[in-house]
Amino acid sequence: MAAVKRPLFDPRIVRRAARDSFLKLDPRHMVRNPVMFVVLVGSVLTTLVLIADAVAGGEGRGDLGFTLQIALWLWFTVLFANFAEAMAEGRGKAQADTLRRSRSQTMAKKLTDPADRRATTSVGAGELRRGDVVLCQPGDLVPGDGEVVEGVASVDESAITGESAPVIRESGGDRSAVTGGTKVLSDFLVVRITANPGETFLDRMIGLVEGAKRQKTPNEIALIILLSGLTIVFLLAVVTLQPFAIYSGGAVPIPILVALLVCLIPTTIGGLLSAIGIAGMDRMIQHNVIAMSGRAVEAAGDVDTLLLDKTGTITLGNRQAVKLVPAEGVAGRALADAAQLASLADETPEGRSIVVLAKTGYGLRERDVQGMGATFIPFSAQTRLSGVDLDGRRIRKGAADAIEAFVAEQGGIVPPGVRAAVEAIAREGGTPLVVADGPRALGVVHLKDIVKGGIKERFAELRRMGIKTVMITGDNPLTAAAVAAEAGVDDFLAQAKPEDKMTLIKREQAGGRLVAMTGDGTNDAPALAQADVAVAMNTGTQAAKEAGNLIDLDSNPTKLIEVVEIGKQLLITRGALTTFSIANDVAKYFAIIPAMFVTTYPALQALNIMHLHSARSAVLSAVVFNALIIIALIPLALRGVRWRPGPAAAILRRNLWIYGVGGILIPFVGIKVLDVLITLLHLA
Amino acid sequence: MTLNGWLQILVFAAAVLLVTKPMGLYILKVYDGTMRWLAPVERAIYRLGGVDPDEDQHWTRYAAGLLLFSAVSMLVTYAALRLQGHLPLNPFHRAGVTDRQAFETAASFTTNTDWQSYSGETTMSYLSQMTQLAFHNFASAAAGVAAAMALARGIARRSAGKIGNFWVDLVRGTLYLFLPFAFVLALLFAQQGVIQNFHPYVTATTLEGAKQVLAMGPVASQEAIKQLGTNGGGFFNANAAHPFENPTPWTNFLSMLAIFLVPAGLTYTFGRMVRRQKHGWALWSAMFVLFAAGVTTAYWAEAKGNPIHAAAGVDVAAGHGNPGGNMEGKEVRFGIATSALYATVTTDASCGAVNSVPDSYTPLGGMVPLVNIQLGELIFGGVGSGLYGMLVMAILTVFIAGLMVGRTPEYLGKKIQSREVRMAMLYVLIFPVVILLFTAASSVLPAGLKGLSNAGPHGLSEILYAFSSVTGNNGSAFAGLNGQSYYYNTLLGLGTLFGRFAMMVPALALGGFLAERKIVPATAGTFPVTSPLFVALLVGVILIVGALTFVPALALGPIVEHLLMNAGRLF
Repeated sequence: MAAVKRPLFDPRIVRRAARDSFLKLDPRHMVRNPVMFVVLVGSVLTTLVLIADAVAGGEGRGDLGFTLQIALWLWFTVLFANFAEAMAEGRGKAQADTLRRSRSQTMAKKLTDPADRRATTSVGAGELRRGDVVLCQPGDLVPGDGEVVEGVASVDESAITGESAPVIRESGGDRSAVTGGTKVLSDFLVVRITANPGETFLDRMIGLVEGAKRQKTPNEIALIILLSGLTIVFLLAVVTLQPFAIYSGGAVPIPILVALLVCLIPTTIGGLLSAIGIAGMDRMIQHNVIAMSGRAVEAAGDVDTLLLDKTGTITLGNRQAVKLVPAEGVAGRALADAAQLASLADETPEGRSIVVLAKTGYGLRERDVQGMGATFIPFSAQTRLSGVDLDGRRIRKGAADAIEAFVAEQGGIVPPGVRAAVEAIAREGGTPLVVADGPRALGVVHLKDIVKGGIKERFAELRRMGIKTVMITGDNPLTAAAVAAEAGVDDFLAQAKPEDKMTLIKREQAGGRLVAMTGDGTNDAPALAQADVAVAMNTGTQAAKEAGNLIDLDSNPTKLIEVVEIGKQLLITRGALTTFSIANDVAKYFAIIPAMFVTTYPALQALNIMHLHSARSAVLSAVVFNALIIIALIPLALRGVRWRPGPAAAILRRNLWIYGVGGILIPFVGIKVLDVLITLLHLA
Repeated sequence: MTLNGWLQILVFAAAVLLVTKPMGLYILKVYDGTMRWLAPVERAIYRLGGVDPDEDQHWTRYAAGLLLFSAVSMLVTYAALRLQGHLPLNPFHRAGVTDRQAFETAASFTTNTDWQSYSGETTMSYLSQMTQLAFHNFASAAAGVAAAMALARGIARRSAGKIGNFWVDLVRGTLYLFLPFAFVLALLFAQQGVIQNFHPYVTATTLEGAKQVLAMGPVASQEAIKQLGTNGGGFFNANAAHPFENPTPWTNFLSMLAIFLVPAGLTYTFGRMVRRQKHGWALWSAMFVLFAAGVTTAYWAEAKGNPIHAAAGVDVAAGHGNPGGNMEGKEVRFGIATSALYATVTTDASCGAVNSVPDSYTPLGGMVPLVNIQLGELIFGGVGSGLYGMLVMAILTVFIAGLMVGRTPEYLGKKIQSREVRMAMLYVLIFPVVILLFTAASSVLPAGLKGLSNAGPHGLSEILYAFSSVTGNNGSAFAGLNGQSYYYNTLLGLGTLFGRFAMMVPALALGGFLAERKIVPATAGTFPVTSPLFVALLVGVILIVGALTFVPALALGPIVEHLLMNAGRLF
């Protein structure tokens, strides 16, 4: 779904938003936004004055046209703010519609006995409950979220991820999760349903993009308190102005007081605030990341430390065997032979690359080890070894310290030549893999990491923003240091076990830092739950997805960096518009104060530095400017403020010039232009 | 404006800069407990008061202690003033003070305001002056610094939740800070000729042969703490314009320096406490920029004088033997530059002592003290209240602009979220609520209008100044407004209480909340709080938040008065 890029002002969304902006006039909705609620009350008040004047006739009549225009523009101010919010929501709703269409409406093949694949009953996908087991055959849509309990199949997940290349789903391990709405292309899967209807991933995504259950984030709440406080300040300033005016010899008409109030309270940010928040989540979706809450997007901007798995994030997933270094007195071919035997059953890219090297470098062809009666020893995170037992030989390959332990166990020692080779390879940033046959260490396989292009520049960028990058790897410290240096990360955690990752996160958090990480495996889940920003890969296990607060549909771990940037952009946008909104007040005072007291104190015209045509045109242009600026800034609110990563001081200086100083100057120009127009059109 | 005038202002500014660091280090030692030369006295006081000096208090308990102490001492003063006629040390048989007057005065002195709508020499007995008013001069100053230290501790501490002990802070501040400094300063004043006696009033014969009664009293001791504690309540009605209170240029200079001494030093103390000395200096710089802007405007406006005088042929240019400008309401001894400087200093800090009459200033010159107060009494500010006021503004600045760097705003490693913003806004709201509402009521109610001696915009300035002064706990009077009525005594008294405690409690709460937070280490991504950019931003936020609130009111007061004066009309 999500990869669909929408133009900012899609006509369908605009039409729906225009209608919604009227529906949102409901006071129960408006009261959630105190700033705009005050504008609503002001609009009603001005309208009542207008009606009273019209009914009363007589003296007030001369002002009817003026009061009418003020009232209309006040209503527009409210509607424009509602429109901004509706636009932001509209984009989400459009995404949700696309999602809904991909929701499976088909029948599911429910298995009465999970062990027996032949006895299926046909039930509607909507009737499936957690724990039900279903069969999916080629061409079937997976009826709901679940866990593969049997089978291997290629699955088309483009409905969720937008990625057309099929992925493999199989029982056990980290690729066992399937999502409702995806399509099985080959073979078959037996799936245990893990979500009740309405609670599936797709349902949650629809809810999230629609913003139906959007809660205000901590920063948003704090900002609303600030804006409400400022509104009260200006309310007091305007309300007390009437007694001062009476003291000075002439009361000010209510519509003009309301106009001043609406111009002074921070309507620009108040009107755009929720649009900015919704748009932030929307931008995540544009990047194919689903935020489980607005809080997560916000936290992404605050991240101090990024934990990045080396493989797949910093380096390309596959390390390649590039050289074999035999031990003293071991023939190269003997080493190649043992290495090949140990790798034949190893389906990892590294394992396969060893087999390829043995073939290309030493002419060793693949053998059918199964037929030779070999026993495979699979890799485990605890032993960190793999290999094969064959004809009484115990051939192993693995990290140097793991092999050392293995060899020592058999009564042998690793010769110094091998150690030297291990260190030499590690220093170059390669991964040494030692091959042993029983107590004898035969030599070293040189595996090389390929650092992703452009990643070093990204890390430098992060460093300038004050974000520390920590590379997590199972490699030994030497290897890790070399890769870390090549990739330009700040720190690394070598020979990391899952619990080490957890310890690191806790340590960083104890130091007051916010930690972000990505993960996909079940053993990542505790760390994901502990991290402040946890991006779970969509290909990951259900456990990982539940622990994360963001889900990357593309399963691209490098995207963590973009997630951080989007979070920052959201906060910057909010701050910039707040500053802009407050800075605007200076010009509005200069426009309205002299106009208010044009008869009481003509001397105050000295403050009319914009030389606005008349008192009425001055008030009207300020109100019109105040309303139009909301519309003018909708694209900025939805797209986010453009910014370049850099140190906080540089970002601050730049934004202060644009939104602070600009915020003071722009209304002077805008109000003057509007005044000229209004005068030309004889509106006041 | 003259070179001599500017030099006097520059010398003063340099002196403030010089005393900041040594004073800051001294205050640090007073409040971190390393200064111990009066330890036996201290211990005796704790034992007498039943205070456990080792107790570290939660902000609610700290605030409760402060409120309790203030309430009790205010009631005692109220009673003492009412019963003055029956108490000793009353050589002129001053009668008990009226209820409205006693309430206002007790409130005013408890809150470090020292607004006086009476003449000291004709209302107060020596006992009242020395035991009640002088007591509050010490106690309210110590309470103010205590609150500032509590907030500072909240910012400096990590995941603590406790912000010190009010009683200990009160005792230590009085014993080690205010008593010794006031003692030395009083001696210096006495050496310069400030009177210090219990003599009956002296009747003198003037050159013209007229009889004049000269009031006497223990002035030097009161004068010292009045300045050091930014209290400002004069022994005499003429305050620091009186030659017995402020006889020489030296006493004038020392008075001004004494006003800024503790507030300037506190910025350094704060920098030390949070281990970011450059941030301490950034706060100092923001204060200094606002001070410099104020004194420049006031001096310029007063030296320029009144164009109507110039038009009438009066020589308003400064020259030999002619101070030029606007000398109305100023002491010839002090002239324009030091009068403008004194008026700026006393209103920047919430002191309120005056050596000239703001009512007689030009409209813009008189607007400077008014705006200084309305900005929140944080340009160096009152002892303690200046620092906590500035810290609240720094927190608001960090919050408004901090989002612009793309992080949840942090102040010195503490995240600023809804609880903190709520307290900061409560603090900021008190000024507009009290000043604007009370002024608005007084500008239309007959009871309010009755106190006015001037019409038009000048009258509005008088009311606005009075309520700004009491709410800012300044206590200086624009003069011209007769505050001797149930209406004004009550509202002004209430103004001092709101302006003190309704702002102090949120500040303490802020300290308590921040104390609970973790400290996020600073990185390149952290909002900078030590750069000149931050100083500019802080000044900008203070001006925008402070001034935007009062612009409409000011426009109808001093601003329009200034414009009308230029057009040839006076009020």
